[in-house]
Amino acid sequence: MTELIKTPLHAMHLAAGARMEPFVGYDMPLRYPEGSVAEHNQARNRAALFDVSHMGQLRLMGEAADAALETLVPGDIQGLGDGAMRYTLFTRENGGILDDLIVSRVPGGLGLVVNAARRKHDTEHLRRHLGGRVDVVPEPDRALLALQGPAAAAVLPDFADLPFMGWREGEACGVPARVSRSGYTGEDGFELSVAGADAEALAGRLLAHEAVAWAGLDARNSLRLEAGLCLYGRDLDEDTTPLEAGLGWTLPKRRREERNFPGAARILDNPPARRRVGMRPEGRVIAREGSDLLDSSGEPVGWVASGGFSPVLGGPVAMGYLPVALVAPGTEVAFDIRGRPRPGRVVRLPFVPHNYFRG
Amino acid sequence: MAVRTYYTREHEWVRIEDGVAVCGITDYAQTQLGDVVYVELPEVGAQVARDGEAAVVESTKAASDVYAPLTGTIVAVNERLEESPDLVNEAAEDAGWFFRMELDDEGELDELMDEEGYQAFVEELD
Repeated sequence: MTELIKTPLHAMHLAAGARMEPFVGYDMPLRYPEGSVAEHNQARNRAALFDVSHMGQLRLMGEAADAALETLVPGDIQGLGDGAMRYTLFTRENGGILDDLIVSRVPGGLGLVVNAARRKHDTEHLRRHLGGRVDVVPEPDRALLALQGPAAAAVLPDFADLPFMGWREGEACGVPARVSRSGYTGEDGFELSVAGADAEALAGRLLAHEAVAWAGLDARNSLRLEAGLCLYGRDLDEDTTPLEAGLGWTLPKRRREERNFPGAARILDNPPARRRVGMRPEGRVIAREGSDLLDSSGEPVGWVASGGFSPVLGGPVAMGYLPVALVAPGTEVAFDIRGRPRPGRVVRLPFVPHNYFRG
Repeated sequence: MAVRTYYTREHEWVRIEDGVAVCGITDYAQTQLGDVVYVELPEVGAQVARDGEAAVVESTKAASDVYAPLTGTIVAVNERLEESPDLVNEAAEDAGWFFRMELDDEGELDELMDEEGYQAFVEELD
């Protein structure tokens, strides 16, 4: 077994009493002594600090990096203004999704943040398809911290004017950082990309604020689930199209008309037969990923892609895929949990309203 | 005489109270699991076999099987866990008990660990 990679904040996690677990090759904090639910509520009510340095940061450098990237994603990258960033998808010829990512306009090119589990794949994908047109420059020495929650703006007042999905370079607590108004919790907050060598100083200064406390990957997952946000590998994969996943909003008009991204015809000419939905099981039993979804006659018709406990709702929530005839909110559906059908129904996403700062 | 608590290698505890065995998961187990958000308990009247599946405990992270520490019949379950599964975190070896069972053979108790033995067992795991 190869040794797990430690992020620049690893020693701080151990000192904070974190329970660590291997996650796509990294030794990451699963939770801290306060516990996952307390950490989740910290992000909903105050501000939680996450080490997400395992995420892949890389740059695409070159004059036409935006046009080049558009050959691999359906998003409007050429229209991305200075200081703006956008959520988009690497698609493939069958219309499936290779990864989801965040793209920002940077001087001389683009900045990308991709999933840890897909970093190697995405880097090779970019080099194979765009190698002659842009320089693909991984940034393995950078750390990424996420400060999430309604108190985040008061902790970083110098960046409180940034709108949701905006970013700029500046000093955060005296540390040079690329600060964006973004995150993966549904809350207001920031992501801060810093040199690995500066990560401990930044984390220490953020944690010195009385509103801020560590949160681990377990809380990060329950937060994104409540917010109805997709996790690659669970809610999105190589055989799921953006329209099936409810991500049609990531395909702007110009790109739909140009039809020049991988899988465009498959995606645009085939109305989806199944859709991602939110669901609430009755009672407290948790429907976890992989559980079958059953129709009223008990036939398996879909599956749970992400499921867990919602601390805000005090009960279970799930996202999964159902035939389009069964996706209307209120539709009854059963969850096959350990061989027993458990009743539930389709509900609107997100489970907990987003609290983004729109400026 | 102090009430004796017995322990299994699967991190369950057993205490004999009023002639029946009270069973739950250990404090060590709950710290390993993290926040408990759901407990699926057996039916009263169910026959359970030693080391057979008897309950499921779900943390925020995952579902884990809980095994019957001994062979016998379930005579009561802790209904408070339905609304307050967090009792397992707060008081795993007391108010967070899972079920009570009538034992087929009290002699099986002799094969379980005592508190000292369990502490030594857990220390080796860490």
